[in-house]
Amino acid sequence: MFDFDFKIVTEWLHALLTGVMPEWAAILTESILVALAIITLYAVFAIVLIYMERKVCAAFQCRLGPMRVGPWGTLQVFGDVFKMLTKEIINLRKTDMFLHNLAPFLVVTASMTTFACLPWNKGAQIIDFNVGIFFFLAISSLGVVGILLAGWSSNNKYSLIGAMRSGAQIISYELSIGMTMLTMICLTGTMSFSEICAQQAAEGWNIFRGHIPAVIAFVIYLIAGNAECNRGPFDLPECESELTAGYHTEYSGMHFGYYYLAEYLNLFICAGMASTIFLGGWAPLVIPGLEGFNEVMACIPGAVWFVGKTFFVVFLLMWLRWTFPRLRIDQILSLEWKYLVPLSMINLVLMALVIAYGLHF
Amino acid sequence: MNEEKNYIEGLLGGIRTLCVGLKTSMREFFTKKITEQYPENRNELQMFERFRGSLTMPHNENNEHKCIACGLCQMACPNGSINVVSEMVETEDGKKKKQLVRYEYNLGCCMFCQLCTRACAHGAISFDQSFENAVFDRAKLVKVLNQPGSKVVEKKVVKKPEPAAAPAAEAKA
Repeated sequence: MFDFDFKIVTEWLHALLTGVMPEWAAILTESILVALAIITLYAVFAIVLIYMERKVCAAFQCRLGPMRVGPWGTLQVFGDVFKMLTKEIINLRKTDMFLHNLAPFLVVTASMTTFACLPWNKGAQIIDFNVGIFFFLAISSLGVVGILLAGWSSNNKYSLIGAMRSGAQIISYELSIGMTMLTMICLTGTMSFSEICAQQAAEGWNIFRGHIPAVIAFVIYLIAGNAECNRGPFDLPECESELTAGYHTEYSGMHFGYYYLAEYLNLFICAGMASTIFLGGWAPLVIPGLEGFNEVMACIPGAVWFVGKTFFVVFLLMWLRWTFPRLRIDQILSLEWKYLVPLSMINLVLMALVIAYGLHF
Repeated sequence: MNEEKNYIEGLLGGIRTLCVGLKTSMREFFTKKITEQYPENRNELQMFERFRGSLTMPHNENNEHKCIACGLCQMACPNGSINVVSEMVETEDGKKKKQLVRYEYNLGCCMFCQLCTRACAHGAISFDQSFENAVFDRAKLVKVLNQPGSKVVEKKVVKKPEPAAAPAAEAKA
């Protein structure tokens, strides 16, 4: 089951479509199918994540969370989503209408494009080429443009302050994300997600292969990733107590919904990247010497491994969020520039030394 | 050199305290949740002991209460929600004694401050844990706490005079 290559399905589909229509039409149809699949997945994961967030948050605060709508409150999120879909999108006077309406789409497009980079299974990857990680980093920073535009075009000082904070924070933390990724690229020697996963399936997860520097990189990645998603303790771009809702104060209806969606999906993407780069992506857990155990692990499909690992990392990020109080903007910037950047630089050198002397597994 | 030392110490100390926080919240994650699923668990719901629902006057199995109609609770109540109606009776040995007729308690203007139960020297009144006190008519909130036909617990006849605090303690026992 583990060796199931998703390419079989895609190639079969391609052969089927080219049989009845010209090549270009077949590729167009496939693109539309893939887009539909990814948008559906996007919505489903958003719903699952919002439900999980509410339940996990409640558990950390010694509560039960939503319990009334449906068994264990499972229908609550559907109710919220339909409410959001039916609400009016209010246009405000004296806002820059074009940019105001464009900004949520920029955010959600950036988020969906990075979502497409995730390796779901062997051969089940939508965007995959030799500089995958580079592409991922580039596209994920597109979202900050949307946030800045939202703050600027809203004609509201709170929105603008929120957007500026968000911009400062995301641009700063991108540095340590890039640095930790560079550390892991040192180890893998490739930037393509499919090759990184295949390598980890063959030789073991990167976090075990790279041991000490990989664990440090993982921790730094989690902190910086949390900041990239604008989530607590780094959620001051939208802190309720000072800035009402930050950059999306002036948005209503589904335009606000896009920010909401993108926030949760960015959490998923951040966790998915962590599981791809550090925890092996769709590669099962292999312990050398325990053949029976390895056999059992190999029976679990790769997609289940990937989603399972991602949700594990999501849980770690939620644990962080619901434990620590919000930081001030100067504390956020000093954490990044005075602690995380030097640490990740030292870590990069450490990783380089480990590889140069062949100390990795 | 000192500055570098502070930097490293601050970093390690910060990591340590963050781990303490994470440990605390993880412990909270696994503790029993305090949320009550109220209308569903109505039959087995137990309010906590110190919850102040409404004022009651406990009676024993002989339909006897401990109230001597002294009126201290009425005087202690800042809202005037207690009205003690009493009468003077003559006991067999010719002494005059105050006796409780009606103990009226208005739940509607009670603010659950517990000054009345603190003022009571005999422990005759206490708050119970009942909280479903909603009614459609305000008049129903005025309650008579002593049960019909009840009387005060008679003190046991003792030979030698006891100190003042003793009878109360005895009555409690």
